[in-house]
Amino acid sequence: MTGGISKRIYRIQFALLSPEEIRKMSQVKVITADTYDDDGYPIERGLMDLHMGVIEPGLKCATCGGKVDECPGHFGHIELAMPVVHVGFIKEIKTLLDATCKSCGRIKLTEDEIRSYRERMENISLSTSDPEVIGLMSKRITEEASSRSVCPHCGTQHSKLILDKPTTFREEGIKVTPKEIRERMERIRDDELLFFGLNKEVARPEWMILTVLPVPPINLRPSITLETGERSEDDLTHKLVDIIRISQRLRESRDNGSPQLIIEDLWDLLQFHVTTYFDNQTAGIPPARHRSGRALKTLVQRLKGKEGRFRSNLSGKRVNFSARTVISPEPFLSVNEVGVPEKAARELTVPVSVNTFNVEQVRELVARGPEARDESDRYLAGVNYIIRPDGRRIKVTTQNAEENSKRVEPGWTVERQLTEGDIVLFNRQPSLHRMSMMGHTVRILDSQTFRFNLAVCTPYNADFDGDEMNLHIIQKEEARAEARIIMKVQEQIMSPRFGGPIIGGIHDHITAMFLLTHGNPMIPENVGVHMLSYLDLDEMPPVEVHDGKRYYRGRDIFSLILPKGLNLRFSSKLCASAREKCEYEDDPEDKYVTIINGRMVHGTIDEAAIGSFSGVIIDRIFRKYGPEATAKFIDSMTRLGVGFLSIRGFSTGISDYDIPESAIARIEEISNDAIERTEKLVETYRKGELMPSPGRSVEDTLEIEVLSTTGMVRDESGKIASNFLGLNNPSVIMARSGARAKMLNISEVAGMVGQQSVRGGRLNRGYYGRTLPHFKQGDLGATARGFVKSSYMSGLNPLEYFMHSIGGREGLVDIAVRTSRSGYMQRRLINAFEDLKVNESLRVEDTVGAVIQFKYGEDGVDPTKSDKGKTIDVDYHAYDIEHEVA
Amino acid sequence: MAKLNVLQHELVPAHHVVKKEEEDKVLKELGIAKDLLPRISRSDPAIKALEEIHGPLEGGTIIKISRKSPTMGYSVYYRVVTSEVFK
Repeated sequence: MTGGISKRIYRIQFALLSPEEIRKMSQVKVITADTYDDDGYPIERGLMDLHMGVIEPGLKCATCGGKVDECPGHFGHIELAMPVVHVGFIKEIKTLLDATCKSCGRIKLTEDEIRSYRERMENISLSTSDPEVIGLMSKRITEEASSRSVCPHCGTQHSKLILDKPTTFREEGIKVTPKEIRERMERIRDDELLFFGLNKEVARPEWMILTVLPVPPINLRPSITLETGERSEDDLTHKLVDIIRISQRLRESRDNGSPQLIIEDLWDLLQFHVTTYFDNQTAGIPPARHRSGRALKTLVQRLKGKEGRFRSNLSGKRVNFSARTVISPEPFLSVNEVGVPEKAARELTVPVSVNTFNVEQVRELVARGPEARDESDRYLAGVNYIIRPDGRRIKVTTQNAEENSKRVEPGWTVERQLTEGDIVLFNRQPSLHRMSMMGHTVRILDSQTFRFNLAVCTPYNADFDGDEMNLHIIQKEEARAEARIIMKVQEQIMSPRFGGPIIGGIHDHITAMFLLTHGNPMIPENVGVHMLSYLDLDEMPPVEVHDGKRYYRGRDIFSLILPKGLNLRFSSKLCASAREKCEYEDDPEDKYVTIINGRMVHGTIDEAAIGSFSGVIIDRIFRKYGPEATAKFIDSMTRLGVGFLSIRGFSTGISDYDIPESAIARIEEISNDAIERTEKLVETYRKGELMPSPGRSVEDTLEIEVLSTTGMVRDESGKIASNFLGLNNPSVIMARSGARAKMLNISEVAGMVGQQSVRGGRLNRGYYGRTLPHFKQGDLGATARGFVKSSYMSGLNPLEYFMHSIGGREGLVDIAVRTSRSGYMQRRLINAFEDLKVNESLRVEDTVGAVIQFKYGEDGVDPTKSDKGKTIDVDYHAYDIEHEVA
Repeated sequence: MAKLNVLQHELVPAHHVVKKEEEDKVLKELGIAKDLLPRISRSDPAIKALEEIHGPLEGGTIIKISRKSPTMGYSVYYRVVTSEVFK
């Protein structure tokens, strides 16, 4: 891993292998199709000849004398009985044959043309080495030569050569054998090769017809021994066996003068085998199959595609010391923690170097063995392997643990199993931002899943419908330090995207804190104490006595988890739109959440206070008290939320959406009214009396008018429904507090679903002039264009259901298109910016040192530390100082 | 038709030519060689507008750009006029 670049690629040259070259690099001429003899020893001159390398321990390579891991393997070769075409070059062979004369071998251009083209070709080759430019020019020249039917040099008449895919050439219906093709290619002159983009130094066209086939080293096609002791050969070896067999039979038939028909059949068969040896998915021929019916994986298949060498093995590296499993929630864990199942913890290890200070502890650790448990049968970290200074690994088992522990000396390394408190990296794909991979400390838990606090779902964008996540165990001290200091969850609470908290309360946290603080409820002491037992506290909230009974107040309980000294005043989400007095609060003061010296005196805690993305309290705690206090606040909030909700109870159901008959009738009335009004609008439009609004056509005006009418009734029906659904309704509580859903969703369920739209307009596609054949062509009425007057509660009729599905599909298509588009855009940006860096003076530079920005972000402000993009919130600080306690 | 001066548009930041004698001072302040500065094409509309005032600008002239910034008031950026024209 040390040292710089030892070799630099100066250039790459592509060339053809000549038969001589193949023979020269070959260590053995393979003549037998057999592999091993009865004793399992490689047969000489067979496909597993020892000259081509060794894969069995104990044997030595007959070429280099190396043992299994020392010998790199060597090529052999097969002499083919008759020449065959190389499928990979079929296009080039066709151009070469088309552009040259079959009798004299000259390119079918006049001397003058040859002279001028040669000059241009040479110029291009000199000025650029871009293969694309050369290829383009060569294509033009060869096309011109191919279009000639009479050779300008010898006058031979040519008929059209047809390529019968994949490898057969025909001239006037008669087959041109590879042998003949080879002869024609041999006649092509060296000095005319440049017209075809070939370099005469390294490539002769006849080499595209194979007479000799290289046999790849055994290391490339190792045979495997099955559990039954049976040998199983690699697909490539199978294919080579076929080639040798057919080649031999062809040779015999030819030599003993068999009928031409039989020879031709065998020749075709040889061609088939060689073709499928290169590419088993060649169009036009059936793929060669294994005995089991599985298609063989030959040379091209090894390289190509997602599972090929490039995408799978070279670009897709896999790491050790990692684990992946399903995730599930655990509110009793801190945001900084991750629950790791014991099974995973036993496999994952951290290297511990033994020195004089820790040798005794390490010996004790090793002595525990790999399945250590304490006296109450709880998990204890053991050791899987010990590594000697010379790098040899010794497996620790329960049997040899005691003995091995005595051997451990300073200088050794011990692979210790994961233990509570280890810092690890936790990740969910797609890793779209830096919070997709954060540092967590380990808690060993029962069962099979990774577990974490619900507040951390947001940065990972995780839910628990089957999501899986990855865990990586850090192996070096430096990395561990970085993970602790900068990657730990608490350090990532502030998002660099908008300078606010990205980790905060979700669903139940918000519901619970809302119910706990809204209207400052009185909580009987015994209930309150039960809730407080979920928290780790040093003090109790003040008690109020009413009618001889002792009570806590909700806000006082919430105040317990706030840091001392916090001063804050902000508008709650519940009352964000209220002007003078908030309709949901009895006390006008409660319009604002007021916190003085860590004690909440007014207001309602909701999404605006503790939500991820928005939470003001989380934001302020982080800035004033730092990451640790914030993490503690979120942890306590989660526990308090669970404690509160599990004793109070909270549930939602369809009865949440029951509204009185009178309200349903009223909604029916206004929706019918809207349909009528739409009808009238269409009527005026038909008569040509509709006045276009400025800058719009009459048609557009009609659409906009109708949309606003239908929009209005939907809002109206929502209002009617909401009148009967107050803050004692669980669905409304969730919507108003920002825990989940919007009021719009509730009005869709209880009131009316409303106008469906595609691309911002009413539905208009489908049949000619109508959405469905139930309507007259050109019907512009409300129902015909996707107005749904039912609610989800009452149910949609089939027409409405269809319209609703049209609208719903747009959303799905949008998501699919958006994710792929934005994903690719982000990838391009990442690739463009990946090696820019910010230097000591906050200058943004590329690798050369060229300036991109003179100051990071033009102002040098770290958006993570900015206040929602602004440098400072003066009002907050003024308020804080004003209420500072001496 | 009156010719539009792009520099007077509110969305175009202020462009100024740095005088030859001040160039060294600017570069020293930045602690950077001239060839590492960001470039600006001679065909850039802002350069064309500057040339109306200063006459032809040769390649290598440093342009100082002052952009409005919500956090800093304004921020300064430098670009060097290229000798070739980008397309």
